[in-house]
Amino acid sequence: MLEIKDLHASVEGSEILKGITLTINPGEVHAIMGPNGAGKSTLSAVLAGRDGYEVTQGSITFEGRDLLEMEVEERAQAGMLMGFQYPVEIPGVKNIYLLKSALNAQRAARGEDEIPAPEFMKLVKEQLAFMKMDPSFLQRAVNEGFSGGEKKRNEILQMLVLQPKLALLDEIDSGLDIDAMKVVAEGVNSLRSADRAILMVTHYQRLLNHIAPDQVHVLINGRIARSGDRHLAEELEARGYEWVTEEESAA
Amino acid sequence: MSLPETLVQRLNGAAEAGPAWLAEQRRAGAARFEEVGFPTRRLEEWKYTDMSKLSAADFGVADSAEFDEALYDELKLDIDAWRLVFVDGIFSPRLSDLESLPEGVTMAPLSQALSDDQQAVREQLGRLTGIEFSAFSALNTALTGEGALLRIGRGRALDKPLYLLFVSRRGDTPVMSHPRILVDCEQESEATVIEHYVGQQGAANLTNALTEIRMAKASRLSHYKLQEASQSEYHVASIQIDQGRDSHFTSHNLNLGGAVVRNDLMTDLNDENATADFLGLFFGQERQHIDNHTKVNHNAPRTYSNENYKGILDGRARGVFNGRVYIKRDAQQVLGYQNNANLLLSDRAEIDTKPELEIYADDVQCSHGTTTGQLDENAIFALRARGIDEQMARGLLTLAFATEVMQRIRHTAVTDRVERTVAGKLPERFNLESLVEESR
Repeated sequence: MLEIKDLHASVEGSEILKGITLTINPGEVHAIMGPNGAGKSTLSAVLAGRDGYEVTQGSITFEGRDLLEMEVEERAQAGMLMGFQYPVEIPGVKNIYLLKSALNAQRAARGEDEIPAPEFMKLVKEQLAFMKMDPSFLQRAVNEGFSGGEKKRNEILQMLVLQPKLALLDEIDSGLDIDAMKVVAEGVNSLRSADRAILMVTHYQRLLNHIAPDQVHVLINGRIARSGDRHLAEELEARGYEWVTEEESAA
Repeated sequence: MSLPETLVQRLNGAAEAGPAWLAEQRRAGAARFEEVGFPTRRLEEWKYTDMSKLSAADFGVADSAEFDEALYDELKLDIDAWRLVFVDGIFSPRLSDLESLPEGVTMAPLSQALSDDQQAVREQLGRLTGIEFSAFSALNTALTGEGALLRIGRGRALDKPLYLLFVSRRGDTPVMSHPRILVDCEQESEATVIEHYVGQQGAANLTNALTEIRMAKASRLSHYKLQEASQSEYHVASIQIDQGRDSHFTSHNLNLGGAVVRNDLMTDLNDENATADFLGLFFGQERQHIDNHTKVNHNAPRTYSNENYKGILDGRARGVFNGRVYIKRDAQQVLGYQNNANLLLSDRAEIDTKPELEIYADDVQCSHGTTTGQLDENAIFALRARGIDEQMARGLLTLAFATEVMQRIRHTAVTDRVERTVAGKLPERFNLESLVEESR
């Protein structure tokens, strides 16, 4: 589904990603972990299509398409959605407008008609209930005045409504209390299916207690230093990133 | 200045109508208007808005309030309110509704008040806005005969708005009307007044409204002006408020229609703790011209004002914002804030924005800011990252820009109307109309 090959990327002329190779297949859940400064947020930004990040070498393909040639909105329409670490407040834009126009954009890209209003309301209300959110939320502005937990829940709600093929979750656990963490994790786990994939980027192992990954990758200094199953995360938790860093420099 | 014979006759004719005290004011208004004529751009106050092509001789006067019921249903706000309806300036008892208006509250068409409650009219008409204010106030005084008298008695708190609807019809010849609205808020009263001006498509009339509002100690008034004249109409309105101690006035000045529009909104904060909030939105497209002049006079210490006007201009539309804040000598500890933000959606749209602060006290906090501008790129990115194309993302943010000044409005009939109208008028590339229609 997603294939990253020898990806090099720079920010303002300095190279941050130095050759990342990673393949994610349908049905898989991957976690990328790493210390601060390893390049986690640069990788997220490149995948999301943010300005200011220059890919100098390598490629990313999403379902056979060259992702780097796709506009930000095309990526989402094709089924790749990013759950942001810091969701933006958008005063005055109601959540219902965002959800509905996003869903219809996706349908239009697939050559489908707009969703009928009653069907849309039914779908949204089910997902709101699942995320333990009040329907009045739909008439509120996107993330405006929301707590950190509410913002993250909103990111997941958008995923549930838009049903991405590949969900990218950038530090989705940051700023969450225990209860909110549980709701968010339940939302993410409900997305798991044989034809969908999830890529989590996180600094902390504790997220993986709630959302169990199939594969864990350790990102150090712009490269994947080590990959393994979920036990790798536990080992990291016990021994710290230094352990991998030292082995990396020894090698 | 020589005026067309027909207008002179009309002015003279109107001057003879009604009680003697009114006839006197009318004669003075007529004389004043004959002297000054419609304003030209040589006048500083009319620098950006050319009214000199206007000729009162081009307008007739309506003689009936007959109106198609179906069209009326479409134009009015769907709101639970006490209501007076005027068609081309003529009162329509059939469309009005004053059922179970509480005791201690007056809501009457001016024509009726002039016969039933003449003293109340006399006490207020022309006391705040005189014939010297402008050619239009002079003309209004000379020719008015209709409008409304509103009085909210001491301590009364109304649970429904007082709704004044002025409908402008498309007719064989354009007509002019000069509504005069008098509002008296007695001590500790609370009310909402909605002035709604709406034009049938193609109507080419002149509306020249004048509102005078007295606010006694600790009264509260939420005032809405929703202007949806047709895009071929002239609309001129002035609203003058006189505020007593602890009074709180909120203005929602929402302008979506009109070919040439001029609004003057002015308050005098005459005693301590009087507060005025001025919130405004103007949206112009094609060749619309919308001029907003506001003035806040802090005449006493510890008086407060807060003003936020937003403009969106498309096509070759032109907007004007001229906001004046005056602080009298020794009116200390005043807070006066003003902001005007504008969005231009086309290269040929234009905004002239001019804040004016005039301060004669040293212990005050004042600020003003104007921006013409830019949408939040982070927000555009966030919307695009959900699959929404860039044009629609910009449309959503433009609509959000417009609705921001309405956040405090609890009357959804008003906010829905404005939101739908703006969504419908925004460029088609934004593709918002059905989204907003279906998401209610």
